[in-house]
Amino acid sequence: MTGPSLSTNRPPWDKQRLATGTGLLIVGLVIFLLFARGTLPGQTSTFGMNAGGTALLIPDLAIPVQPGLYALILVTVFAGAWQMARGGARSAGWLIGIAAFCFVAAFLIWATNEKSLNLVGMLSSTLGRATPIALAALCGVISERAGVVNIGIEGIMLIAAQTAVISASMTRSLWIGLVVALLSGALVAAAHAILVIRFKVDQIVSGVAINIFGVGLTSFVAQRYLERDVDFLNNSGTFKIISIPVLSKIPILGPIFFENSPVVYGMLLLVLVLHVLLFHTPWGLRTRAVGEHPRAADTLGINVYLTRYVNVILGGIIAGLGGAYFTLGAVGRFDQNMTAGKGFIGLAAMIFGKWTPIGASLSSLLFGFADSLQVKMQILSVPIPSSFLAMAPYVVTMIVLTGIVGRAIPPAADGTPYEKQ
Amino acid sequence: MKRGEPQEEGEKAGLPTAALLVENLLLPVLAVLTGLVVGAIIVAVSSSETIAAWGNFFRAPTAAIGATWKAVAIAYGALFKGALGNPADLLTAIRSFQASGDPAPLYKAIYPFTESLVNATPYILAGLAVALGFRCGLFNIGAEGQFFMGALGAAYVGYSIVGLPAFVHLPLALLGGALAGGVWAAIPGYLKARFGAHEVVNTIMMNWIAFRLSDWLLFGPMKASGYRPVTPNVEVTAELPRFFPDPLRFNWGFPLALAIAVVVYWFLFKTTVGFEIRSVGANPDASKYAGMSVTRNFVLVMSLSGALAGLAGATQVLGVDHWVGAGFSAGYGFDSIALALLAKSHPLGVVLAALLFGILRGGATNMQSMARIPIDLISVIQGLVIIFVAAPAIIRWIYRIRIGRVEQTVLTRGWGK
Repeated sequence: MTGPSLSTNRPPWDKQRLATGTGLLIVGLVIFLLFARGTLPGQTSTFGMNAGGTALLIPDLAIPVQPGLYALILVTVFAGAWQMARGGARSAGWLIGIAAFCFVAAFLIWATNEKSLNLVGMLSSTLGRATPIALAALCGVISERAGVVNIGIEGIMLIAAQTAVISASMTRSLWIGLVVALLSGALVAAAHAILVIRFKVDQIVSGVAINIFGVGLTSFVAQRYLERDVDFLNNSGTFKIISIPVLSKIPILGPIFFENSPVVYGMLLLVLVLHVLLFHTPWGLRTRAVGEHPRAADTLGINVYLTRYVNVILGGIIAGLGGAYFTLGAVGRFDQNMTAGKGFIGLAAMIFGKWTPIGASLSSLLFGFADSLQVKMQILSVPIPSSFLAMAPYVVTMIVLTGIVGRAIPPAADGTPYEKQ
Repeated sequence: MKRGEPQEEGEKAGLPTAALLVENLLLPVLAVLTGLVVGAIIVAVSSSETIAAWGNFFRAPTAAIGATWKAVAIAYGALFKGALGNPADLLTAIRSFQASGDPAPLYKAIYPFTESLVNATPYILAGLAVALGFRCGLFNIGAEGQFFMGALGAAYVGYSIVGLPAFVHLPLALLGGALAGGVWAAIPGYLKARFGAHEVVNTIMMNWIAFRLSDWLLFGPMKASGYRPVTPNVEVTAELPRFFPDPLRFNWGFPLALAIAVVVYWFLFKTTVGFEIRSVGANPDASKYAGMSVTRNFVLVMSLSGALAGLAGATQVLGVDHWVGAGFSAGYGFDSIALALLAKSHPLGVVLAALLFGILRGGATNMQSMARIPIDLISVIQGLVIIFVAAPAIIRWIYRIRIGRVEQTVLTRGWGK
């Protein structure tokens, strides 16, 4: 699909092609103005490529700042020119991706100028920070594929995070804490399911109510109990990092993927399991039928209500795992409102990933990267106020949601209650 | 189309008024009551004395019930005393005022009640903000951030401009608040209208961005001299005048909020634009077919909604606090969602629900200090109230109410539509 589109009933591609191309050229200009202009020849940025004990030590990557930045500008400008000259609908996505990559790379090189940044460490923390987002997104995928919007994931995760830390602290067993988190996730999701399926409550209203209820309940419990006896109730410790033998010794990939908390492995495993379940089993076919056309599914003898209950509750269990990550996986204690919008970011990841488990988890990595980037940048003390850096995940979410939503098509019956005839 | 009003609730399908009373009055009241009852259960369960007494239930059943009653009575007693004042104190204060002409005890006696009205002021405006959105089929859950931005906008106009007369400065500061909130909400409104990005996610994101931005502003450009991260005090000319001497904070914000509720009612139900908004909310496809611009209405309503939420923040700064600090908004925006649902998105209902929420909030502070019950109990009750209002079937089932089933209006729509 190069050259102008031949179909006449669409708006002319030319205009959009020029607009996208110009946008890419502007990105190149911005890289020049923001990052390249102030650099001096001879400066270098050093990126550490080792984290943990890999068998093979890789030398640090030292990039000369000025040539590196100009190369990235060149690539961006070339992408823009290509798009203007002969870009098509299909290449636009790739070229925008390339330009975005160049921008981020340029930002990193500029921020690390004459300093050093552990790149592998940052990518490794990206996976960790993406985990709750990915789990929220998977919760969204599984329940929306059956036609139920669950916007209360944030509240579910918050409640699960708190029950996990309390039970783990009291029993001194992280695994009991994890089970309790999954159960409480299932319980809250079941309440949502009953409200929207049995009582046909507006699904978004019910989700918002769960969020408000979750924030209120966890803050209530935190103030009434957790603050009074921190050691007994709010001090669970975290899961030990498990290094997978052999695999964790692989350079670069090892520390990123094979040296993680069990919750992260659980997330990675869930992505694959859900992918297979949704697209390669009868159960998945039924689920998708219920989400696309419940009446037809009902006619074929599929129990629409049961399928929806099961999926929403399974989603709640997944979100419960996401909640457990905040306390048992990351910090070992509960802080009020500690999910900080991750449930909603997960919903954006779900949309960006087009309601597929693999897509949703890959887009979660993007948000996790934005999150991990802002933390590293604060450590590098770049001349940007930390508050603005902390906005990064939210801004990225809005941009992604805006850019994709018209093109990502939700399951047809998503958000509508089913009335049996 | 000018006089072609859509069917009012009263005319909807020729329903008898009894059914309407049940739907719009009895059910919300029962929803609130049920929420309070569940709140009472939480209070009872979270009291160690009550739990201990129930442990001995079979030996001393009356003690268990008595302990429960005591725990609940202390909590809710503190709540209502904190919100409305103690009637006995009021009577003695009136007597002493008549005897000595000294108003000080009288002020002290009405203090709790005026505080509840002070709390109700931002609730009325923020509740109108969410209700206006609902009427157009938009779910603005970003009122919290818009409230914060409005407060910052009003504070900035309030302290940075010096030497204006009050009749110019005060409206200007209010306008600054409305503008800041309006712009903050217009962004997700535009993204929804132009690209179909769902406003629920985007307004939440805008909330977080607002919190981060305010962190920066309060520690940086807007910071007053001193080490605390707060803005300078607004000029006296920008303050909403108070009715009584300190410490009573009851001010012109309350009548202003009531007046705006009337304006919103008139706007929604008596103007062509209001008709269009409600029509888009009821059925966007039909409205588009009738020649109305759905996208324009989305942006307009989100901006107005944000302006109302911003104005709520402005009245809070200009009338009550006179400066903005971190954590300023403290839940007004989130609470207003429950409030608007409870009010069935009607301006009159918003005012009534705001009074109730103002009372709960005023009392909750007292409950926290007197009965050591965390203020967040109110959020739990509000979450439950939303559920009970949105699922009238539950309330009907609990209280065995049969009459008056009214078709539920669609409040929100799915992704990207």
